[in-house]
Amino acid sequence: MDVGWFLAASALIFTLGAAGVLTRRSPLVILLCVELMLNAANLSLIAFARMHGNHDGQIFALIVMVVAACEVTVGLGVIVAMQRRRLPIDVDEMQELRG
Amino acid sequence: MNSIRLFAWLTLLFPLAGCIAIALVGRRLPARGAGWLGTGALALSFASAIGALLALLDQAHDERQIVAVAWDYAHSAGIDAQLSLLVDPLSVFMILVVSGVSMLIHLYSISYIASDAGYVRFFAYLNFFVFSMLLLVLAGNFIVLIIGWAFVGAASYMLISFWYRRGTATRAGIKAFVINVLGDVGLVLGTLFIFKHVGTLDFLGTFEAARTEFAPGDADLTAGLILVLVGAFAKSAQIPLHTWLPDAMEGPTPVSALIHAATMVTAGVYLIARMHPLFELAPAAADVGAIIGCLTLLVAGTIAIAVTDLKRVIAYSTMSQIGYMIMAVSAGAYVAGMFHLMTHAFFKALLFMAAGSVIAAMAGQQNLDRMGGFRKTMPFTFGCMVIGGLALAGIPPFSGFFSKDEILLLIGDRGGWYWILYVAGYVGAFLTGIYTFRMIFRAFFGEPVPEARELEGGHLHHAEVPTNPATGEVEDTDVGFPGPEHHIAEREPTMKIAMGLLALLAIGGGVLQIPRVTHVIDHFLEPTFHDSALYERHPSDGLITFGLLLGAAVGLAGIAVAYLIWVRRPQIAVAARARLAPLHKLFVNKWYFDELIDTLVVRPARWFGAWAQQTFERVFVNGMLVGGTSGVVRAGSSAVRAAQTGFLRYYALLIVAGLVVLTFYFLMNA
Amino acid sequence: MGAVLFFVAATGAVAGAIGVVVLRNPFYSVLALVGHLLSLAALFLLLHAEFVAVAQVIVYAGAVMVLYVFVVAYVGGQAEPLGPRAGHGLKAAAAVLGGMLFILLSIATLGSGLGFMDTRGAVVPPSFGSPTEIGALLLTKFVLPFEIAAFLLLIAAVAAVVLARRRGGLSAVEEQARYSAMDMLRPTYTGTMAEAVGDRRELPKSPPPEPDEDDRS
Repeated sequence: MDVGWFLAASALIFTLGAAGVLTRRSPLVILLCVELMLNAANLSLIAFARMHGNHDGQIFALIVMVVAACEVTVGLGVIVAMQRRRLPIDVDEMQELRG
Repeated sequence: MNSIRLFAWLTLLFPLAGCIAIALVGRRLPARGAGWLGTGALALSFASAIGALLALLDQAHDERQIVAVAWDYAHSAGIDAQLSLLVDPLSVFMILVVSGVSMLIHLYSISYIASDAGYVRFFAYLNFFVFSMLLLVLAGNFIVLIIGWAFVGAASYMLISFWYRRGTATRAGIKAFVINVLGDVGLVLGTLFIFKHVGTLDFLGTFEAARTEFAPGDADLTAGLILVLVGAFAKSAQIPLHTWLPDAMEGPTPVSALIHAATMVTAGVYLIARMHPLFELAPAAADVGAIIGCLTLLVAGTIAIAVTDLKRVIAYSTMSQIGYMIMAVSAGAYVAGMFHLMTHAFFKALLFMAAGSVIAAMAGQQNLDRMGGFRKTMPFTFGCMVIGGLALAGIPPFSGFFSKDEILLLIGDRGGWYWILYVAGYVGAFLTGIYTFRMIFRAFFGEPVPEARELEGGHLHHAEVPTNPATGEVEDTDVGFPGPEHHIAEREPTMKIAMGLLALLAIGGGVLQIPRVTHVIDHFLEPTFHDSALYERHPSDGLITFGLLLGAAVGLAGIAVAYLIWVRRPQIAVAARARLAPLHKLFVNKWYFDELIDTLVVRPARWFGAWAQQTFERVFVNGMLVGGTSGVVRAGSSAVRAAQTGFLRYYALLIVAGLVVLTFYFLMNA
Repeated sequence: MGAVLFFVAATGAVAGAIGVVVLRNPFYSVLALVGHLLSLAALFLLLHAEFVAVAQVIVYAGAVMVLYVFVVAYVGGQAEPLGPRAGHGLKAAAAVLGGMLFILLSIATLGSGLGFMDTRGAVVPPSFGSPTEIGALLLTKFVLPFEIAAFLLLIAAVAAVVLARRRGGLSAVEEQARYSAMDMLRPTYTGTMAEAVGDRRELPKSPPPEPDEDDRS
């Protein structure tokens, strides 16, 4: 199978993830969409690894997976803390950074 | 040769070292230690001045103008700026007078100002002043002269407003300083005019070059010299820049004695004498000097007859005598002018010291109307005052007689319209006799006032509540105001010694230059002035004798008039005041110069300042420049702030948008 | 055969992605992501990345998604309120930008560089993507990223504990009002705004407030 197809799929999934980040209001779902984007990048990496014939891409993809796991941990920890303090779980409510 | 330079530097540096030493350790010394330290520094300076004199006399007669250079400041833009001193007979003469009289005044001040909270500060300032004056006099080029000029003005300001919590004193200090600055501007501009043509700032170089550069009567030179004269008039309190001198009597009496009688006000005279080659090339400027000097001596004399503050009478007397000196050096009678400078320093300092003693007996009160009958209780002060008064009035054989006489003789000898100045000089001498002895008779003769009676009982009068003698404001005796104790000469040995020495000098100083008999000063100052066309003068014997007799006569006549009016028949004074009321009003109000300057200069300046603040500052600077720039910044920031909505998704959108733009850009370039 | 598998897996992945973005209930989104991950694992297998595929299933779909499920259960997966609050054009802008991004990425990857490359893929030995190979590389050429990734995991674990702890220990002190000995000696109401205004009253002595009862569950 042409590696190009995989890359196209990766691009599609990436954009879907980006659209999700921009559109959804629940931080949980936003994090899920970020996961989508990361996975799309992983797919690209694996595809290129296959194309070049060395393992660098695969190792990179593994590390990306580790990073994604850490990021999910911390992000969910933040959401749990928000829930504990009875803050609304809605990114539009958190406007403290407003200038 | 080198010992002269060494002595010159030492003369200059001892007072400076004294000032710094007093400033650093003065407070840790015992009670009057700072005073003795200051006097000691001055004594060393005087000794160095004598050393310089002796070393100079060792030189051959023609080689007596020596330049001592410390270092070069700059050689940029064609200006040769060096720290250089010119040691020649004129400057040695001046440093002897300055350091000698200053030393005696320091000695006097040790006791006079003893209980003041600012004792240490006083001596530090006084030493600094002497250093500045010596710097001015020893200057070898225009730059050092201007530096010394400025320092002297600063020292004068610091000392006039010495009692800085008194409003009258600080106002007087500011007035003196502002008028001084005006003079400074004149001096600097005049220097510029001269430098433009001559190309060097060094004195000897300038005088050399001036002979070739300037034709006699050159317009630029005249203009430059008139500007220099503005400086001289401001410093020497000549009309119309004289209004600061009477107000400067707010300072302590030793300050008045030193700065405003003996030394600083003579700086203008020194300046003209030093620049005599230039003045001889521009006779118009010299004539301006002579006329102003003459006017001043008359106007000041008339005012002195009418005012009632003891120190102000002496101040106007100073103004008048300086008028004589300026007239002399402008008319080419350089030696006579310098001789009168010297004798005037002696007897005027003596008069101020005696006046200080009387004022101390009056517990700070200076009004002649409230003084009287101190003759029996203060004999020493009385004696000194009389000696000083006789010298001032020009009675033979006192020193003032010979010096004033010499001036008028040489002015008469010049002939032409100078005869008017000659006559005016003798009228002034008559007035001098009157006001001097008016002062003495009113303070020492007549019924003893309460303070004198207290002193008879052996008790020095002290005011219960210290007040400002001029305005009656209540004060205290802490720092910034006069101290609680007053010291009179009869009780303080240092004051007696200082006054005694000056009295001796006032009596005997005249022997240095008796016409046709001794020519000590003439001979000594010749190397400086030998290039002057007006120097070699041989007045006729007849004129000499006539002048001597006339001088003695008018002086005695003045004293007689004063005796008649103020001792014998006081009602004459009252009647005269009633009949000549407008004239009296004119004199008492100092010929309305203060009001004139206020209308011509002060009010427009104040109006301009107010207008500038209202219109220019408020609208333009604050509104447009400051408000405008900050408004622009604020508008810009609020525009940028619109991008900070606080919404996470909006920020994420911006990230994606940025990513799109970047990818687009790289695609286009690929 | 490979093409068929590809299209099936790709469809699954894209469908999962769309599900994540579109579904209202967060729990359904999580499930959609799980499906997406499994499809992605299949795609990895097609690309000769066996180890990575297995790791994906075990770690990602197995552990991370389970974590997600727990959190969604705790937080409560209420359906998102409809209607965007953040600006009107946000949804439209998002759609437009997303489309542009896709087109650009496609052009970038497909159009520009791939012409130079042989996109059939290099000839690879059968052991390509096997754990042996991956392991060997992790311990030789990529040992540094490996170790740093371990550190990162440690930090994340600590962070999770810190974020999720109960309000006890240090924070209790912060919440308490700081009272010093001087406060006992000072009369009440000194140093307050009321005193500055000139209104000094005697308050009844009130005990210091107790620390907040923060978490009841």
